[in-house]
Amino acid sequence: MTVPFLNTDALPYCKGCGHSLIAKNTAKALEKLNYQPLDVIVVTDIGCHGIIDKCLNTHTVHGLHGRSVALGAGISFANDDPNRKIIVFIGDGGSTIGLQHIMEAARLNLNLTVVVHNNYLYGMTGGQSSGLTPVGFSTTTSLEGNPFEGYDICALTHTAGAAYVSRIMGIGDISDKLAIALSTKGFSLVEVMEICPSYGVKLNPRRKLAEIVESSGRQLGEWTNKREPHVNHQGRKNEDLLATLPVIKKGFKSYLKSPMSLVLSGSAGEGVQLAAGLVSKAAISSGLHVSQKGSYPVTVGVGFSTSELNLSPVPLSFHGINLPDTAIITSQDGLDHNRKRIEAMTSGKLIIDSSLEVPQTAAEVLQYDFRSVGERNASVFAIFYWALKTGIISTESLFKVIQDEGKGEKLPMAKIKDALSAVK
Amino acid sequence: MLANKKGMQTLTDASRLIIESMARAGADAFIGYPITPANLLYLYGSQRMPLMLAAPDEITTLQWMAGLSAAGRIPVTATSFPGYALMIESINMAYMMELPMVIILVQRLGPATGTATCGAQGDLALLNGQISGGHPLPVLCTSSFEDCWTLSAKAVEMAVNLRTPVVLLTSKEEVMTSKSFDVSSLPEIIKTERKYYDMKCDGKYKSYKPTDLIPDFLPVTQAKHQVRLNASTHDQQGLLQHSSDEAMNNTRRLEEKIRQKAYEFTWYDLDETEKADTLVVAYGITAAAAKDAVNQLRSEGEKVSLLIPKTLIPAPDVYIEIMDSYTTVVVAEENINNQFCKMLYGIRKPLNQRFIGSLGKMITPQQIIEEVKS
Repeated sequence: MTVPFLNTDALPYCKGCGHSLIAKNTAKALEKLNYQPLDVIVVTDIGCHGIIDKCLNTHTVHGLHGRSVALGAGISFANDDPNRKIIVFIGDGGSTIGLQHIMEAARLNLNLTVVVHNNYLYGMTGGQSSGLTPVGFSTTTSLEGNPFEGYDICALTHTAGAAYVSRIMGIGDISDKLAIALSTKGFSLVEVMEICPSYGVKLNPRRKLAEIVESSGRQLGEWTNKREPHVNHQGRKNEDLLATLPVIKKGFKSYLKSPMSLVLSGSAGEGVQLAAGLVSKAAISSGLHVSQKGSYPVTVGVGFSTSELNLSPVPLSFHGINLPDTAIITSQDGLDHNRKRIEAMTSGKLIIDSSLEVPQTAAEVLQYDFRSVGERNASVFAIFYWALKTGIISTESLFKVIQDEGKGEKLPMAKIKDALSAVK
Repeated sequence: MLANKKGMQTLTDASRLIIESMARAGADAFIGYPITPANLLYLYGSQRMPLMLAAPDEITTLQWMAGLSAAGRIPVTATSFPGYALMIESINMAYMMELPMVIILVQRLGPATGTATCGAQGDLALLNGQISGGHPLPVLCTSSFEDCWTLSAKAVEMAVNLRTPVVLLTSKEEVMTSKSFDVSSLPEIIKTERKYYDMKCDGKYKSYKPTDLIPDFLPVTQAKHQVRLNASTHDQQGLLQHSSDEAMNNTRRLEEKIRQKAYEFTWYDLDETEKADTLVVAYGITAAAAKDAVNQLRSEGEKVSLLIPKTLIPAPDVYIEIMDSYTTVVVAEENINNQFCKMLYGIRKPLNQRFIGSLGKMITPQQIIEEVKS
């Protein structure tokens, strides 16, 4: 026994409402295309059009006002069965609030058919103007006629890339016109022009639908883009995010007896985060526990770049740093970003590039010309200097990380080694 | 334990652990929209999840997730308050439609756009009232790298088994900080199997007819039984209702299923010291400071206990039972209005409780130590 798409002839709409015509003709079009009701998923939302659900023998999904195209899009992304048909019913109000969703689905050319029930106003909530209300059309919120042009939803959707767009009058048998959209591969949208019998007719007496459409400058017709329907293109996937983490083997010793905090700061593009990563990995290879976090302005390529590290012989819980035990500053940006905490330091070390003014601080100050190896390498040189001077980790452990990670070719290692040999 | 990776000492951030755990637990789609400080989660999600979609905004993100979930996928996204605020109506929709998904909420300093790169714990009050009607939506909160592994998988399992959106709550300081970490210490993740309505049944399937409070699921992409999903008040069939008895019972069930089933998903750490009068309570990023503080206090001979709540919503009764059993309770939370205790007790703070708050700065172990000693 063939199951009909509609389970009743008594549709829940006002006499003369085009929504009934759309529902009946959509059912007729689906029958013509040989779909069975459970091949079809109808997504609706808030508005008079959305109360059709209970009359349908299809799957029905009733979502939020104006979001039905995005909700239908989600189903479309997940569906790989070509025998399924996803249809979205939406009103002109929903098309206004959810315009972005229509544009996005059209841009991606998703397998989806949207039927816009355009009766020029919000019927369910009292007849207010929508973004699709044409200039001069009266609504309860524009009794003297809407002062603005409405969106041309067909032009917008076509421009966004939909495979098929049409504007039709909601009069007579429209099943063949709907069938063209429903059989389109990719995104299709049909704007069905209606007039709301409860608000539109009463507030615009003596005006006929055809005249309203014509005077609004909207053309009936079809617009197509020759495009392939959406495919979920996915780049190369990583099947195990843990497996791609470099394993750091213990090969060195550290004589650090208690936790210490280190702030490394310089300018963007001068290797601060790279240098911090080298310290972290070298410290791990020396048996220490480590935390590392970066800090930089939202414009990541300019201004300061800071990294905060904790190194500890015992496991770490809290990783915040107020006043560091050691601050390494390689540029003016780094100094400016950390001046207050350096001035507040009551002990520890400040290792600072010799070109910079030394702030008032109780920390022991060590100055050196880190920028002599080139400003891009100042931070890397500075952490070698720090390792050499403090012995917390060995310079060998740093060299090993650089070697293991293949960074030796990008860094001027000979220059850094030469400069390091000059450090007393 | 991950047997094939024994002894893997690495440098990793928690974002990586969260996404890998969720993927192993069965999450198979990541829908992303960029926002600091959740971008690492988006990056890893795009690399790891079988399906990644770049949404044009956060409302679309949640709607796409709902559509994917209706079709049988288990989607995940990650965001911070500004994006989460846009998602809330759609989260209500997914809650009402009973569609599993996980939203990772990375807290940052508000209000509004606040400071994108500054951590905070300011979103619990919002999460506790985000569903119209005051119904609870599950919120699990990570307080360590280990939690980022185990609770992330549990969030997926909870979403699927309870047919609900679940929030995994974390913060900037947790997901953007790298630490030395031995991944061989992590337990295996068991993949969540999504249960379906028995397709062999020829009887009438009702989308919201519960079996032990949870309706059997069928994707809208199968063609045997009619599925009706509805964000509006609805009956068991999924048809729109005004306030019929059947529909009101359905709405009551949404509350009951979370409250009654959540006991299976209640996690907290309670580290008690015998004869201790003082209890320190902290969740999320502040739990790390609390652990250090309690260890320090104990090394100095202080008797002090520690409670780290992880299932924040619905909060189990046991939190109040534990907190009421101590003479002094010190609650540390990175906001200035004590959201955790207000959630448990309302605006009348119990006399045994003291609060350490902070704005724009992490609470330090020293602050907790001083408050306990004062």
